Amino acid sequence: MTITYREALRLGLREALARDERVFLMGEDVGKYGGTYAVSKGLLEEFGPERVRDTPLSELGFVGAGVGAALGGLRPIVEVMTVNFSLLSLDQVVNNAALLRHMSGGQVSVPLVIRTCSGAGRQLAAQHSHSFEAWYAHVPGIKVVAAATIDDAHGMLGAALADPDPVVVFEYPALFEMKGEPGAGAVDIATAKVRRPGKKVTVVTYGACLPKALQAAEEIDAEVVDLRVLRPLDMAPVLESIRKTRRAVVVDETWRSGSLAAEIMARIMEQGFYDLDAPVARVCAEEVPIPYARHLEEAALPQPEKIVAAAKALFS
Amino acid sequence: MSVQVAPPPSGPVPYPKELSLALLADMLRIRRLEEKCAALYGEGKIRGFLHLYIGEEAVATGCLRALAPEDNIVATYREHGHALLRGVPMGAIMAEMYGKREGCSHGRGGSMHLFDASRRFYGGNAIVGGGLPLAVGLGLAGKLKRESRLTACFFGEGAVAEGAFHESMNLAQLWRTPVVFFCENNFYAMGTALERSESQTDLGVKAAAYGMATLQADGMDVVAVHEAAKRACAYVRAQHAPIFVELRTYRFRAHSMFDPELYRDKREVEAWKTRGPLHTFSARLKAQGHLTEAEFLELDARAQREVDEAVAFAEAGTWEPVEDLAKDLYTP
Repeated sequence: MTITYREALRLGLREALARDERVFLMGEDVGKYGGTYAVSKGLLEEFGPERVRDTPLSELGFVGAGVGAALGGLRPIVEVMTVNFSLLSLDQVVNNAALLRHMSGGQVSVPLVIRTCSGAGRQLAAQHSHSFEAWYAHVPGIKVVAAATIDDAHGMLGAALADPDPVVVFEYPALFEMKGEPGAGAVDIATAKVRRPGKKVTVVTYGACLPKALQAAEEIDAEVVDLRVLRPLDMAPVLESIRKTRRAVVVDETWRSGSLAAEIMARIMEQGFYDLDAPVARVCAEEVPIPYARHLEEAALPQPEKIVAAAKALFS
Repeated sequence: MSVQVAPPPSGPVPYPKELSLALLADMLRIRRLEEKCAALYGEGKIRGFLHLYIGEEAVATGCLRALAPEDNIVATYREHGHALLRGVPMGAIMAEMYGKREGCSHGRGGSMHLFDASRRFYGGNAIVGGGLPLAVGLGLAGKLKRESRLTACFFGEGAVAEGAFHESMNLAQLWRTPVVFFCENNFYAMGTALERSESQTDLGVKAAAYGMATLQADGMDVVAVHEAAKRACAYVRAQHAPIFVELRTYRFRAHSMFDPELYRDKREVEAWKTRGPLHTFSARLKAQGHLTEAEFLELDARAQREVDEAVAFAEAGTWEPVEDLAKDLYTP
């Protein structure tokens, strides 16, 4: 039986709500509308309005309320419609959720899960196509994960809820129609994983770029590492792969300057420099607002051909 | 603001002597603690930002005594008094300001971030308005868990300009979360006077626009504050709905220790001092025979002893080892 990435997300939500009475979902249009991307369709009917809670368009308010509800002993799942809108709530994430534990001397934990959609590729134009994973991954005190597979779309939520600290889960509308076999459900949110073994070059990526990297890998015999967890980073599989391939390309849909790719490259320099036979390359989003027109949007994003070209350049 | 102020709070205090003296003792404890903090700041023992509550003591005193021990409290960076009256030992507060490990936030937070989870005291929030969504969430948790506790959220009038305030008012009323929003209106957001920053200076109107019940009381009169706070808490518990309480008060000291106070007239400060919560309350109690000068001096001496012991405790405190810098970033 195959299911879509969207159905895997819904399955994860349904299991989480059924498993623990403290869990509730809140966000814009998660209830009556059924979720902007139909992810939470049917959950209001199944779990009722207290546990599947529609919110007004108040990202700062309801994300902060999620922090408070977590302090108060619940296990909130707060859905922020897209990462673009999440900027309105960033204060509560950075100035409360992330630092309350450390700043209070370890007295409180904030078991909050924030789910949000990231990335471009659907011609939604500049204000609905951002990728801000790097900004979130910059902040100590939160954990940041990116679901790039059916298994992770299904299982990461449960793992995030089991974590006593705030976890931001990135989901990718570009992958919502992707199909695959559902796994057992349980996944970790601690490790990076090799998604395709290969010999010639290591491609490091996460999120919506994973299928593009896998496509490119067929042409260049790449080993593809899916970071999965963007904070704290698990570099071991990356470094292990580089010891074998001696070359690396980092693929990242955030803007190049200050990107997550920049951090990955820095760590490879720090920890794997002597294993390299060539400088580390990267393929990032072009540093422009993502345009509407399809050909321009495609040109602005990492694509399999760009990954292939970057990898081949390492051998010239 | 005009230098004309209302007459000082007056008339007999409608409480038994025991309660009156307890309220007076609470205000004195805050006052003496903070006077010492100011002195220690001058000596360099306390660093960073230090925001004193001097002049506003009636607000925390009247409100805190209306709360039950199981209620949650969310406060601001001007929260020494709230923490103290919640039961956080003065020594732990002082040690926190010293940055010592024995502080109530283990020296991680300082003056602006006093925490005590065991007493449900959730800070010490220094982003203006940032505590309000937190209070809505704490209230929501209590409601969904069918608990009887309410959440008391303190914030200054400067917060009403923030989006967080308006979003929180709407969410709290929409979801009927059991929260008392105590607005400590001291008329200045740092150095910006209310009428220079708000088109509507009647703050209750803003909460009422969201359908929320409102109250207003003289924040320089501990009796008026306490009565309003009791009514507010009773309303929240009975109606299962939030309420907004505006307490008009005045800060006698600068905003923080870095503030040269260029934005307000010295005569205005002097005029408000005639309404000072400590001396007006003491005078009323004396007039009705509930307080002698000897009793006042005894309460004052007791507060001073507590301060001395708190300073000794802080001085004797230890520094958290640097190796623990990253400890408690995540839950073990």
